[in-house]
Amino acid sequence: MIRPGEIAVVGAAESTKIGAVPGMSQIMLHADAALNAMAETGLKPGDIDGVACVGPMMPQQIAHYLGITPKWVDGTGVGGCSFMLHVRHAAAAIHAGYAKTILITHGESGKSRINATPRPPEPESLNGQFEVPYGPFGPPTLFPIPVLRYMKERGVSHEDLAMVAVVQREWAGKNPRAMFRDPITVDDVLNSRMIAYPFRILQCCLVTDGGGALILTSADRAKDFPTKPVYILGTGESVETNMVSQMKDFTSSSAFRVAGPTAIEAAGIDRSAVDHMMIYDAFAHLPLYGLEDLGFCKPGEAAGFIREGNTRPGGKLPLNTNGGGLSYTHTGMYGMFALQESIRQMRGTAPAQVEGAKISVCHGVGGMFSASGTVVFSNEKP
Amino acid sequence: MLAPGRPKPKPTPETQHFWDGCKQGKLLLQRCGDTGKAYFPPRPFSPYTGTRNVEVFEASGRAKLHSYVIHHRPVPGFTPPYAIAVVELEEGPRLMTNVVDCEQTPEALQLDMPMEVAFTPLDEEVTLPLFRPAKESK
Repeated sequence: MIRPGEIAVVGAAESTKIGAVPGMSQIMLHADAALNAMAETGLKPGDIDGVACVGPMMPQQIAHYLGITPKWVDGTGVGGCSFMLHVRHAAAAIHAGYAKTILITHGESGKSRINATPRPPEPESLNGQFEVPYGPFGPPTLFPIPVLRYMKERGVSHEDLAMVAVVQREWAGKNPRAMFRDPITVDDVLNSRMIAYPFRILQCCLVTDGGGALILTSADRAKDFPTKPVYILGTGESVETNMVSQMKDFTSSSAFRVAGPTAIEAAGIDRSAVDHMMIYDAFAHLPLYGLEDLGFCKPGEAAGFIREGNTRPGGKLPLNTNGGGLSYTHTGMYGMFALQESIRQMRGTAPAQVEGAKISVCHGVGGMFSASGTVVFSNEKP
Repeated sequence: MLAPGRPKPKPTPETQHFWDGCKQGKLLLQRCGDTGKAYFPPRPFSPYTGTRNVEVFEASGRAKLHSYVIHHRPVPGFTPPYAIAVVELEEGPRLMTNVVDCEQTPEALQLDMPMEVAFTPLDEEVTLPLFRPAKESK
């Protein structure tokens, strides 16, 4: 069994620009981030022996483009949390001796759509037969399908769901790379343009261009790199269904309940030891589900936990400290950016640095609650 | 007949009976031979036990409104605002649908309100199982 701290992240970088990057195609966003991560580690493409990325970009495209001859590849594609699963699989591969130095990349021209791949719904797929005919049009119409049920069962108000966006904007205000930085109020959120009731535009993620890359190796080798190693304490993964209408419980994600606790248990930590947290926020309800399903709040208590300021700057559990998908950036598959922020926090280099943070939990979701991946990081080797 | 432009489902061998049923005004579910529990979407085995011993049966068409969003942006084949809903059938399974014969507002669309199936032709080949507020609740 892999031990906490056995594998480390030695390279972590985003694309040089994020937001609107009309001068780069999707594959170059991958490469730009990968080159930045290699530069900080002093590695060349020939030093990388493992590659992971998520469709529509296949590992063979990235390997060839960058000039890498991998001994191990992973193209796991379960939506925006795929990178959390790549981290988990890469750690296992390094542990098993299949590869020594693994590169995980993301790039998406979500806004500018340069070389972006359209994904038409297939009318023979189960989604095409049993969801698409009823008029869903992308994640804003599907991801929030369970929200009204959650609100009714948990006693959560529209103001509570607006507060998630308000707090994250407060974090974004500290981050020069965040797309939206001006403070907002609950009233601003509740008066913003309706997209798909109950959610308004300020409760929906951004659509941006950007990329990110990670380089993993064994903790023993990490000492030889110029960067501060960030250790992987534990990981978890699961999937439920890619049809949100078939999610078993609309108030709780099965994939979250498997991935999160698996990672925390593998890390061998108590939840009270967690200094920093990222919960992939494609929409405003996700941090609530994440806090409850990962056991940081009891069912029904997450909204109050956020309302009372626990996740704000200065709160006891700083959450989504880059501003999140709601205010920082969201290319379409934001999980890579959540991982980057956890690593910045562990390196002590985040724009809104949580002083003295030693353990970070990074929790990802795949589209419409279909999948989940969780990574527990630390800047101390246990 | 529904407005043109709405995406049209294409049945597979495993789902053909469901769509044939809709066309005949029957909501056909399947039941696990081991547990007796109903399931959806259609498949020729039970997701509960893996048995291939399953049977098709006609559901009552009665349901409750489980959750929804009201979409406010234009989509081909739809006139916003329109609700994309999930109903929970009396037999247990849930399915995505649209709500007809009802205002598309949060006030009119109350969670857990009784619903009933309203088969609505998409074209000459496909009929969709839409839902309306149940008559006794009006």
